[in-house]
Amino acid sequence: MAKDELMNYEKALEMFEVVIGLEVHVELNTKTKMFCGCRNEFGDEPNTNVCPICIALPGALPAVNRTAVESSISIGLALGCEIAPNGRFARKNYFYPDLAKNFQTSQYDEPIAFEGELTVELPSGSVHTVQIERAHMEEDAGKLTHIGGSTGRIQGAEYSLVDYNRAGVPLVEIVTKPVYGAGAEAPELAAAYVRSIREIVKGLGVSDAKMERGNVRCDANVSLRPHGQEKLGTRTETKNVNSLRSIERAVRYEIQRQAALLAKGTAIIQETRHWHEDKGATSAGRPKSDADDYRYFPEPDLVPVQPSKELIESLRAKLPEKPADRRKRVQAEWGFADLEFRDVVNADLLDQIEETVRAGAKPQAARKWWTGELARIANSQDKDVTELEISGAYVAELAQLVDAGKLNDRLAREVLTYVLNGEGSPTKIVAARGLEVVSDDGALIAAIDAALAKQPDVLDAIREGRMQAAGAVIGAVMQAMKGSADAGRVRELLIEKANAQ
Amino acid sequence: MSEITPDLVRHLAGLSRILVTDEEVERFTEQLSLIVDSVAKVNEALAGIDVPSTSHPIPMANVFREDIVEPSLTQEQALSGAPDSGEGRFRVAAILDEE
Repeated sequence: MAKDELMNYEKALEMFEVVIGLEVHVELNTKTKMFCGCRNEFGDEPNTNVCPICIALPGALPAVNRTAVESSISIGLALGCEIAPNGRFARKNYFYPDLAKNFQTSQYDEPIAFEGELTVELPSGSVHTVQIERAHMEEDAGKLTHIGGSTGRIQGAEYSLVDYNRAGVPLVEIVTKPVYGAGAEAPELAAAYVRSIREIVKGLGVSDAKMERGNVRCDANVSLRPHGQEKLGTRTETKNVNSLRSIERAVRYEIQRQAALLAKGTAIIQETRHWHEDKGATSAGRPKSDADDYRYFPEPDLVPVQPSKELIESLRAKLPEKPADRRKRVQAEWGFADLEFRDVVNADLLDQIEETVRAGAKPQAARKWWTGELARIANSQDKDVTELEISGAYVAELAQLVDAGKLNDRLAREVLTYVLNGEGSPTKIVAARGLEVVSDDGALIAAIDAALAKQPDVLDAIREGRMQAAGAVIGAVMQAMKGSADAGRVRELLIEKANAQ
Repeated sequence: MSEITPDLVRHLAGLSRILVTDEEVERFTEQLSLIVDSVAKVNEALAGIDVPSTSHPIPMANVFREDIVEPSLTQEQALSGAPDSGEGRFRVAAILDEE
């Protein structure tokens, strides 16, 4: 892959205005596929969730999944869209083995939802409203594995293997209008927009919304134009961007790459580009060509979808709180400072903290565990903190054990590693491994006396108000008890002893 | 007169992955033109009448299937008609296109 020349980011923004457009595909979590009764399930044995409809055997006829239509309407409503009183499906014709039919059943001129908007807040605190052009229903394609060739990628592959389990899984594609005015924050806006879509579909319960599984996928269009020019520049569409961080990086990369070309007077080629997470770069895919003539036409095998006003209103009544409203509410409830709250949002930890607080933890304790120790552990394992195998209930239990003085911080961190190893609840682990802090005063007093025997001057020092002298004794006691003593209690006992004499 | 040209026929053949000879291009241009012109007569007949376009002959809408799992084929059944397969999957020629 040839290395692209990149312009300094600040300079690129001085010279050009950035315009982005985002296409987000959301996989619905219905039990069955869009047009047949095969299971919609991730990770099953290849070609076991397929039938004559989704592998396109002759004579098979599709039937629309009612739940998928209702989920699509809910997504449209949550994005403030109009719902089409009459919508139909269309065939998007192309030859590629990811679908056996030689076409994808999609929507073209009559999408189910159109003209909406979504307000998103960026890490800096600035707020943008993104205009939504449309949200339409379609089906996902199968999964291709390229075999042979040196890199396992498609270039040089000898053949491909196709698994149609994913073919026909319901998708909703959400398309924005061109987004102007984000300036240097265009990459952050792209990521914040996708984060909001994820929150919405998760809140609606219509998608598992796991980006690492491809439940939410984003294609990012980027174009540049000189400041003041009205005509939009030629855009590129970067695919294969499957994490929020990648979206941000890919948009930034395209801005710098396109700026370098335009500054030299080189035209941008309208093409698909692929994002490579390992290299932190995009590479040219297929240029737009004759093959992009999809010859859409109305799907003759399916009748129109005409949602009634009653259905639309009943779905509207069930919409959950908007992400922006929810954020305001929980920030106030939890009493987090703006900066604290922003860290929580940017780490995608709202759900986790809400669950932890609901399970009885104090909000600040929940925040500290998730953005502190758990984030550190996730980072050391090169994972997202949200991927850790621990429930909010267990974090709450741990925080409560600390509050009750049964665990000190060191022991709590140790218990946490066992919880993450799948050993069960913190309470169970404390009991099974005998990790509770020693709060038996008798044992503590014996250890204090032993320490004082070696440092007899400490009690005088405490009586004279030099509290720092207590540290040495507390340290010695902690050491003698191998860290399982409640340091606060040791301190109390030591002061009591000093004052008693 | 229809807008079907020899170039358009070649383009369509390319999209459809069909190899056509020059002689066939000529013949298909003529035949497709005839079909398009014949269908256009329907428009002439409807001139001046307000009929919304439709993709369906029967006025029917909202035919749905409930979201209930039905039996799928087994992997063996699914692959039984495939010209080639391997590792439980359909084996196809590598096509240089996007992933």
